[in-house]
Amino acid sequence: MRNMLIIARRELGAYFATPVAVVFIVIFLVLQSVLTFNMGGFFDRDQADLIPFFSFLPWVLLLLVPAITMRLWAEERRGGTIELLLTLPVRVWEAVVGKFIAAWCFCAIALVLTFPMVITVNFLGHPDNGMIVAGYLGALLVAGSFLSVGAAMSATTRNQVIAFVAAVALCLLFAVMSYPLVTEFLSQRVPVLAEVARGLSVNERYLGFTRGVIALPDIVFFASFMLFWLVANTLILQARKAD
Amino acid sequence: MPPGPDNSADATKSGRNQGNGGTMDTALIEMRGLTKYFGGFCAVRDVSFSVARGEVVGFLGPNGAGKSTTMKMLAGFMTPSSGSASIEGHDVLRDGLAARRALGYLPEGAPAYGEMSVEAFLEFVARIRRVGPDAVRRALALTSLDSVRLQPIETLSKGFKRRVGLAQALLHDPATLVMDEPTDGLDPNQKFEVRALIRAMAPRKAILISTHLLEEVEAICTRAVVIARGVIVADCTPAELAARHPSGRLDDVFRALTEAEAA
Ligand SMILES: Nc1ncnc2c1ncn2[C@@H]1O[C@H](COP(=O)(O)OP(=O)(O)OP(=O)(O)O)[C@@H](O)[C@H]1O
Ligand SMILES: [Mg+2]
Repeated sequence: MRNMLIIARRELGAYFATPVAVVFIVIFLVLQSVLTFNMGGFFDRDQADLIPFFSFLPWVLLLLVPAITMRLWAEERRGGTIELLLTLPVRVWEAVVGKFIAAWCFCAIALVLTFPMVITVNFLGHPDNGMIVAGYLGALLVAGSFLSVGAAMSATTRNQVIAFVAAVALCLLFAVMSYPLVTEFLSQRVPVLAEVARGLSVNERYLGFTRGVIALPDIVFFASFMLFWLVANTLILQARKAD
Repeated sequence: MPPGPDNSADATKSGRNQGNGGTMDTALIEMRGLTKYFGGFCAVRDVSFSVARGEVVGFLGPNGAGKSTTMKMLAGFMTPSSGSASIEGHDVLRDGLAARRALGYLPEGAPAYGEMSVEAFLEFVARIRRVGPDAVRRALALTSLDSVRLQPIETLSKGFKRRVGLAQALLHDPATLVMDEPTDGLDPNQKFEVRALIRAMAPRKAILISTHLLEEVEAICTRAVVIARGVIVADCTPAELAARHPSGRLDDVFRALTEAEAA
């Protein structure tokens, strides 16, 4: 438990030791603002809410979260530091969760830095701030889910590009699972799977949060989703840490 | 532990080599039939030997002989295909955490987090190992790193990087040390310093080092284990090893042993 926090702290420090963190946050903020204000028609809608902001968020995360996670284990393999880390008296899962926590905190920081949006809508009108808080919670859970997938992909390879592409592909799969394209295809063939696909869709679960609904089943879904991928990450590392 | 005569448990394996002093006791490092396959290729085959307190064992062999692979198995980083190993009585597989807690390990190439300063890196390892800032100061002093302690590791020269790896391995003052080429890349003065350090620590510790420098074996090792193509071909004192060739020189013996094996 303590090791987990020691590792998380070191990792988070490593993000800010290089320009990568700043570059990442700037890109995130610019991309997110451009999408919200231009494509989302933030002002034209004449509504004091953050719906355009939250509807683009998962797609931006889909691209940027794998950019964070691709280096997580691939870089440790390449630099040989994985041998140092895993021959210290730490359990593999402690290292896995420690890195995950650091990456999640980093995402949280990036999300918090979008606060001018919240100030803007509050300045322009009277938004439902409870709904906004729920939206942010949902976004944090989506980020955590994508992070857990990306981290596991990073553990499979020493090549960061492969780690990135694999993570984007898998995250995309879990993002669009509930879309008609997928569900209609499935319901014509195996109707049961269509239901399963809808249930496993990250974006579908996120939708509730953006409407201001914090439902227990959705929380449980996100928690189990992340747990599943963290366990997978641990098993992958245990099986092939020295490869 | 009281200094005593050869311990009966490992007298069969290393007893004949324990001629260098009276501070020996049971083996702190033990390998029993360690074997590692990479696919169909056998990198390490049936390696068994042990290292007792007071011994400095030099692990020799040509490139690709299997030294690092053996050490990675000792450190719990690679899983043996068969056989077992233990550190201070803790099996590296079944009781890996305790084994790793006991061991000081310098991986090949001395990897470290480049973006961290020397001191921050050692503090990180110290926190994981549950030792205080005193240990960091001591390790910095032992490896003469005081002058660069605030410098990012990636900007250090190769020799200094190696010393950071050494400092990390010595941090918790372990009784058992496994070091993969600890003096590689050090200048002559630093080689001298590190050898003096190893010699000074030797009576209290069991030390296994791999090296390509035969003069190092003569200078600090109480025993030499030679491995070629994954198989141990000699396990005796440096003097006994040198006596195996008419010239009495270790490089001649080394060449004869490892090339005969390769042929
Ligand atoms: N992960 C791996 N996958 C496949 N083969 C490997 C792997 N690691 C090591 N080998 C092979 O195992 C053999 C032994 O390698 P090892 O690194 O143990 O040699 P070494 O004795 O340390 O050599 P050197 O003196 O050059 O450091 C080599 O032939 C190497 O190519
Ligand atoms: Mg080696």
